[in-house]
Amino acid sequence: MDLYEYQAKDLFGKHLVPVTPGEVCTSSAAAHEAASKIGSAVVVKAQVKVGGRGKAGGVKLADTPDDAQAKAEAILGMDIKGHTVHRVLVTEASDIAEEYYVSFLLDRTNRAFLAMASVAGGVDIEEVAATRPDDLAKVPVDALKGVNEAKAREIVAAARFPEAIVDQVVAILVKLWVVMVEEDATLVEVNPLVLTPDGLVLALDGKVTLDDNAGYRHPSHADFVDREGTDPIELRAKEFDLNYVKLQGEVGIIGNGAGLVMSTLDVVAYAGEEFGGIKPANFLDIGGGASASVMANGLDIVLNDPEVESVFVNVFGGITSCDAVANGILQALEMLSANGAELTKPIVARIDGNNAIEGRAILTDANHPLIEIVDTMDDAARRVAELAAARKAGK
Amino acid sequence: MAIWLDKNSRILVQGMTGGEGTKHTRRMVGSGAQVVAGVTPGKAGQDVDGIPIYDSVQDAMAATGANVTVVFVPPRFAKAAVIEAIDARIELAVVITEGIPVHDTAQFFQYSQNSGATRLIGPNCPGIISPGQSNAGIIPSDITPPGRIGLVSKSGTLTYQMMYELRDFGFSTAVGIGGDPIIGTTHIDCLEAFEADPDTDAIVMIGEIGGDAEERAAAYIKDHITKPVVGYVAGFTAPEGKTMGHAGAIVSGGSGTAAGKQEALEAVGVKVGKTPSATARLMREIMSKA
Repeated sequence: MDLYEYQAKDLFGKHLVPVTPGEVCTSSAAAHEAASKIGSAVVVKAQVKVGGRGKAGGVKLADTPDDAQAKAEAILGMDIKGHTVHRVLVTEASDIAEEYYVSFLLDRTNRAFLAMASVAGGVDIEEVAATRPDDLAKVPVDALKGVNEAKAREIVAAARFPEAIVDQVVAILVKLWVVMVEEDATLVEVNPLVLTPDGLVLALDGKVTLDDNAGYRHPSHADFVDREGTDPIELRAKEFDLNYVKLQGEVGIIGNGAGLVMSTLDVVAYAGEEFGGIKPANFLDIGGGASASVMANGLDIVLNDPEVESVFVNVFGGITSCDAVANGILQALEMLSANGAELTKPIVARIDGNNAIEGRAILTDANHPLIEIVDTMDDAARRVAELAAARKAGK
Repeated sequence: MAIWLDKNSRILVQGMTGGEGTKHTRRMVGSGAQVVAGVTPGKAGQDVDGIPIYDSVQDAMAATGANVTVVFVPPRFAKAAVIEAIDARIELAVVITEGIPVHDTAQFFQYSQNSGATRLIGPNCPGIISPGQSNAGIIPSDITPPGRIGLVSKSGTLTYQMMYELRDFGFSTAVGIGGDPIIGTTHIDCLEAFEADPDTDAIVMIGEIGGDAEERAAAYIKDHITKPVVGYVAGFTAPEGKTMGHAGAIVSGGSGTAAGKQEALEAVGVKVGKTPSATARLMREIMSKA
């Protein structure tokens, strides 16, 4: 889960990383109040999980509370690269003498962690990495040893921070590593880390990605979930504990196993090219078990997506046998009908693997008006795309 | 022969007395694997279908000569379980558990590197099977008979699908390496082992979005692999920044795309199928000529 700046800074504050004081606001009136409390010039910053908000006009300086209110009014509701601004962060405006960059991240390639630091901060760090690689220090961090003061000094030396602020930056790095470990983050980034004219080093911005697998260790992280910024169908799927991602398309997808479902999306998109660009509407992995109740929840979610015209159920029975899967599909449709759902969208089922012949026989014998059985994944993808295109054309 | 797991492998199961542990122990036994011990702290003296339970991996290895462990322990206890197995210097640890925090995995992976005694497979993987010889994990044993194709895959169900499509040729060993951001055994490790295995003639490699493991595997193939390799990559339609089921399956900052992986593999002469079935057909052509 990626955090907003204000959430990242909350975590920084919790672990004593120096940040500028500020308040997150959802209305312009609240921004006025926050600016009054701060009592000096403020910066009003759009809270979006995408880079380049400054260039898009999402960060503005305000001299007075009235000005802060006006700036917040302009920024709230703004669209920045497809992200709607629901909140602004109002913080004390800091005078900036220098801007730096520091981060810790999970290094998948080396199966460890990596520290990055640069005295050329405040700009696009990818740009620095690409054009002046010597100005971006990269220091491997051993997962077992972590970052203590000595390691932090190594990072600071590699990035050539000015002598006068070395101790401050070392202390900040050690605390940021605490954020990384104690909050189970896979990314902790400060860009820019600033030096004020009176010699203080502060985190002016913050970016944190938390490991979803570690949620059980951090009940409070559930508060970071961003309901307004999440697709409503995804939120509903989450309540059912389903592994669902909303996409833009017409074919609802249900399958078992992340790899097989990803593959199903691709195969449907290829097949859809023939039918005027029909695309998969979602990713939904119902897991190895594929029980009737999970199948029912999955069908419920997918059939209720207004964009969906047809559904592809693609299951390979490995551990689960296909007869159980076939019964699961039929029971799921019965459960949905019993709950008053009006079922009209065609379902193409491809079930293969363990007991596939029995499974297909169950579906054939049931003779359900909405279910079509197709033997192979490629043919099923073609058929489901064709059905979606036909229904779309009929509208 | 096969890679890492054969008829002489003696398997212990960490978490055998749990629901998944018991279920899959029975399946492994049913497939002919030698499952010799279970480990659940505090349950020494009990048994599962006559297989003795021990308190520790060390005790189980000393009593039974086990050299492979399959870990079904829940996420919050997984790190301690894997470290215990590494401390006991077991040869192979197959970590099935899904949902382990990546900081924990990073730590036990580093621990295994420091120890040098244990190969880790997983976590979040279906395990490893050498059909007709042994089975360590949850891969169904009745999909395919033994044969001369080697398979390495990040995905469980795509592994099963590919084994099923090519069951008339059969497999020497299939390794599900797992879909987490950090995994103990990589595509490259498997390619190296299959290249050295006299009973493997050709290799299927299944990848998916996220990270750069497939790109690095491509570079490795170019310099080190002489056996034919056929590839498949899942996730061409995955949007940027969304995790697609597997914790490691995410395109971020334009890197880790399926297109990039396919391009890297094709650039070194690996034939990449557009769908799983098309990939199986490519392998079929190679095996039919052999």
